[in-house]
Amino acid sequence: MSSPDLEAHVRGTSRYIDDMADPAGMLHAAAVTSPSPHAELRAIDAAPARALPGVVAVLTAADIPGLNQIGGIIQDEELFATSTVHFIGQPVAVVVAETFHQARLGARACVLDLEELTAIFDAREAAAAGELITASRTLDTGDVDAAWADCDVVVEGRADTAGQEHLYLETQAALAIPEEGGRIKVWSSTQAPTAVQRITARVLGLPMNLVEVEVTRLGGAFGGKEDQATPWAVMAALAAQRTGRPVRLTLNRHEDMVCTGKRHPYSSDFKLGLKNDGAIVAYEVHLWQNAGAAADLSPAILERSLFHATGAYFVPNARIHAASCRTNLIPFTAFRGFGAPQAMFVMEAAIDRAAEVMGLSRSEIQAKNLLSEGDEFPYGMRVKRSRARRSFNEAAGRFDLAAVENEIAEHNATHAVVKRGAAAMPVCFGISFTNAVLNQAGALVHVYTDGSVNVSTGAIEMGQGVNAKILAVASAALGVPRERIRIENTTTRTIANTSPTAASSGADLNGSAAGLACRAIADRLRSVAAERLDTPFDRLSIADGVVLADGEPTGLEWNELVWNAYTKRVNLSAHAHYATPGIWYDKETEQGEPFAYHVFGTAILEVTVDCLRGTSTVDRVRMVHDGGRSLAPAVDLGQLEGGLVQGLGWMTMEELVFHQGRNLSDTLSTYKIPDLLGTPVIEGHFLDDADNPKAVMQSKAIGEPPFMYGIGVYFALLDALRAFRPDRKGVYDAPLTPEKALMFLHGDR
Amino acid sequence: MSRLISFVLNASTVTFDVPAGRPLLDVIRGDADLKGTKHACREGDCGSCVVLVGEPTGGAVRYRAVTSCLMPVAAASGCHIITIEGLDPGRIGPLQRPFVDEGASQCGFCTPGFLVSLAGHLLNCTTWDVGPAFNSLAGNICRCTGYASIQRATARILGTLRHRVDLDEPRFAALVREGFLPSVLRGARALALGLEPSTDTHGVDRPVAGGTDLYVQRPDDFSFADVALVPTRRGGIRIEGGEIVFAGSATAEDMKRSRELAAELGDMTGAMDLMGSLPIRERATIAGNFVNASPIGDMTAMFMALDAELELVGDGGRRALPLRSFYLGYKNLDLRPGELIDSIRIKRRPGLLFNFEKVSKRTHLDIASVNTAAALRLENGVIVEAGLSAGGVAPVPLALVGTEALLIGRSPDAETAWAAAHSAAAEAKPIDDVRGSAVYKRLLLRQLVLAHFQVIFGLADELVEVPA
Repeated sequence: MSSPDLEAHVRGTSRYIDDMADPAGMLHAAAVTSPSPHAELRAIDAAPARALPGVVAVLTAADIPGLNQIGGIIQDEELFATSTVHFIGQPVAVVVAETFHQARLGARACVLDLEELTAIFDAREAAAAGELITASRTLDTGDVDAAWADCDVVVEGRADTAGQEHLYLETQAALAIPEEGGRIKVWSSTQAPTAVQRITARVLGLPMNLVEVEVTRLGGAFGGKEDQATPWAVMAALAAQRTGRPVRLTLNRHEDMVCTGKRHPYSSDFKLGLKNDGAIVAYEVHLWQNAGAAADLSPAILERSLFHATGAYFVPNARIHAASCRTNLIPFTAFRGFGAPQAMFVMEAAIDRAAEVMGLSRSEIQAKNLLSEGDEFPYGMRVKRSRARRSFNEAAGRFDLAAVENEIAEHNATHAVVKRGAAAMPVCFGISFTNAVLNQAGALVHVYTDGSVNVSTGAIEMGQGVNAKILAVASAALGVPRERIRIENTTTRTIANTSPTAASSGADLNGSAAGLACRAIADRLRSVAAERLDTPFDRLSIADGVVLADGEPTGLEWNELVWNAYTKRVNLSAHAHYATPGIWYDKETEQGEPFAYHVFGTAILEVTVDCLRGTSTVDRVRMVHDGGRSLAPAVDLGQLEGGLVQGLGWMTMEELVFHQGRNLSDTLSTYKIPDLLGTPVIEGHFLDDADNPKAVMQSKAIGEPPFMYGIGVYFALLDALRAFRPDRKGVYDAPLTPEKALMFLHGDR
Repeated sequence: MSRLISFVLNASTVTFDVPAGRPLLDVIRGDADLKGTKHACREGDCGSCVVLVGEPTGGAVRYRAVTSCLMPVAAASGCHIITIEGLDPGRIGPLQRPFVDEGASQCGFCTPGFLVSLAGHLLNCTTWDVGPAFNSLAGNICRCTGYASIQRATARILGTLRHRVDLDEPRFAALVREGFLPSVLRGARALALGLEPSTDTHGVDRPVAGGTDLYVQRPDDFSFADVALVPTRRGGIRIEGGEIVFAGSATAEDMKRSRELAAELGDMTGAMDLMGSLPIRERATIAGNFVNASPIGDMTAMFMALDAELELVGDGGRRALPLRSFYLGYKNLDLRPGELIDSIRIKRRPGLLFNFEKVSKRTHLDIASVNTAAALRLENGVIVEAGLSAGGVAPVPLALVGTEALLIGRSPDAETAWAAAHSAAAEAKPIDDVRGSAVYKRLLLRQLVLAHFQVIFGLADELVEVPA
């Protein structure tokens, strides 16, 4: 079952915001942004812009009727900077003009009077200077200090990961339309329509019921449109409110890459203690998260880093320190994995260092320490239905990891220039928003008198196939074919107070809510059928549009039943609310049950390095993944493959380069993401018999976990490099670009 | 200033009164209100805006996939433009079905570009194998799928056509017959055959050939203005006595496909896969690559190693100039106002050994950190002629003249390779930038010179150990 959107996609008829027809009188907006990473903003001279043809207005903080504040978790971010600018690309004003180009010319014409201030770009430096977004946090389990004495081997090191540009193909976009009575309608390419609604209302000085935010679909997001879509939508809304005309704000690619947040760079120090047999005894890690200039989602991302610092392994004694550090870079934000990949990379680096020192294979240490049933995470939760060992063993067996490793060793012994490497990458990922409040969703279902069905939820379709999954749930719960059901646009008018579609939880939460609403209607219909067929309610069911009694067709069909119910004045609509049960977390004690369940899996990755040129290819990646009972197998396979390849990009070619706060990799010609020709042979297998009573219809969330399979490629590459240079120790500084590879191979000679 | 520009768009003839330099993309999305063609980068790097440009030539129409964001609409004049809407049969056809079934589309934003690129491949391919098809999709970026499903869908389409369409039969008609192209396009193609591609090159001061760099570097100077088209692909590539002559307006793809060039310098045509992507190569001209004056132009490095001579034409008449003398400083050319590169000549040298090396963050459709070309000729086991160039290591494309001199009279062994590699590294004057540190680029050039010896002379293990 593929996504219902696909048929429109392949015909070119899917509409994104910039494809919507321009409403009459529409204007275009462009932001005036800071060219400085940190400066006192003394004045904005908008007169040159106002004098240009087509420019209708230049709006600054002074034009905001409500609060000049867009911060979510922490209110520390102005929509338009007032006294100080904190990063290059920070908006200070918006120019509204008749055309897209005139708005840009106007933005360029504004003159900012800036007095440069000292800027910090490095997370460790920021922490040393006391520049923290929130207080640092520490998870502590067992007795780490005492445990070092029990270790046979203790290794230490440093590991760094760079940021990552989302590169959703559709850039940030919004279209705001002023309506009667001061109401504003906003079309936004956002994962979080409620956040856009709340902050638009806050900035425009309106109650939330005068702001409607609607979303048809996003052209990709990956976390980059969770908080980062908001300012652009709010600017468009503000401009519409002030001018009384519809306003479109679509970023061009360069603006998007300069001005919007990306995956956080992390820097880390690790210390890992093991027994001679490879059993992990203790782990201590310091994580410095480069948060950029404002909180955005950084505290929540830091929390997920804390929870995933020990990866798929059981560590009896662990201490995890994490600091969210304020720097003069763009506010970094959510990106698939949400802080977990950065922390898991450090754990893998520590294991790699241990393997190097102990002369063991990395996979041996990995296999020895995987989570078993009932093992406790450093945050106090015990793992249930652990499939860490099962998926690792199945991957190692199915793909014959031992044979792969032998074959590679043989190859490397007989080839001087071309070296190969392989790595296993086990993943364990917790599902639920770590902020328990967000684990709720609503759904509204209407059955019309012709039997067709509309399902509305708070879920945003961004290519991840959530609509296909909700469709599967609704179809099963109502007992009607999918063709009869339409998944509606997401709008704050229909479903209120939604959580962002994020944390891989879109289908879990919204699918559950949709299922509840559908079942409520189905139950009413069964009552109608029971009366009509004179058959007890419990013996009736509806499947594929037919009413069954004891599983046998009764001759009563869906359409007739629906009409019958209508004539009996039975409610054919239902709203339902779902809240994930049983999850909680106490930040004081740093203990709790933050996740409904965990997702597991293992990838085996193989690479080849040309040691003359320092170039490499990812040859093959094979995965065994715990996908639960899939609601949409084609969708899940796509998430598995697509997540993996994004992870491969993060670890290899995607190099976010900042120089003095300026993003030098701010175009598609300077920031490269994986292409079709570089795609390895990918094989994805899903575990059989993988039930999951914690999610809708025994399914499992899948959006984020596969991303982390990509981490393995770093270590496969490192193995190939060390095969050429056995005298050199591993370095842990992702991405491992051709430059770093060549410097490792030949930089010292 | 605007002009009336007519072309066939999908099924019907259209005329727009627009600036000649307006990107075709904006005409399609704006003036023609067809929103299926997407914009996502406007620098030819994502493929979301790919359309087919069918140019009538000699009673046939040759369709090329191009990035419409970098093409002035004037260049579409008299052509048949096919967008994703033009490929839509009004239902899910055999081109679209495998993409749906394999989940080869997630957010959908890149999907029109992929399907149009693929349709372009199906119209032109000489084999149903997947390799060339995948090559034709190298200019299309997808951030969602990881491409595996796109590869599977593509393989299914090719598998179907392999059994249904003979490679020798007229392709357009066959694809219509099999439902891969809507039948309405057949009539549209006939309409296009009656049109004359624009040849207007006069009257304005903004010459544009392929536009693949101009529209990236200076979009505002061209997108709202009248432009003068420098017709591409006129003259092509030919052998004239002792020389290979390239029209300045020949495209990179012309080079890749040239049988004449393949016969003379097969390693040069083979290297063209590393340059740009198919939609870029279809538009980017050799002369454009030279006058762009990027220190890292791939074709520039190749022609410099081959010691090409330029023939420049301007108001003052014709003059010849070695390519090696063309670059005076960073983005500073020995090019007089109004002058165009009419043609490029290289000497035919039987037995010439050629190799091109390039390393970038991504292998395909990326700008090199360093590139280098070598053209060597041996007599009696020693090097008697040596051309060696490097890009990305100086403000201008560099001829490594010191290293060339060093090579003469030496035998092509590991010792020579290392001597050349060290010499080349010493000649390089790279800087730190987004494509790499200066230290890296110098080291990379050393390694790529070694790579020339690996490829040309089959050296391998000898190159691993640094000689004392």
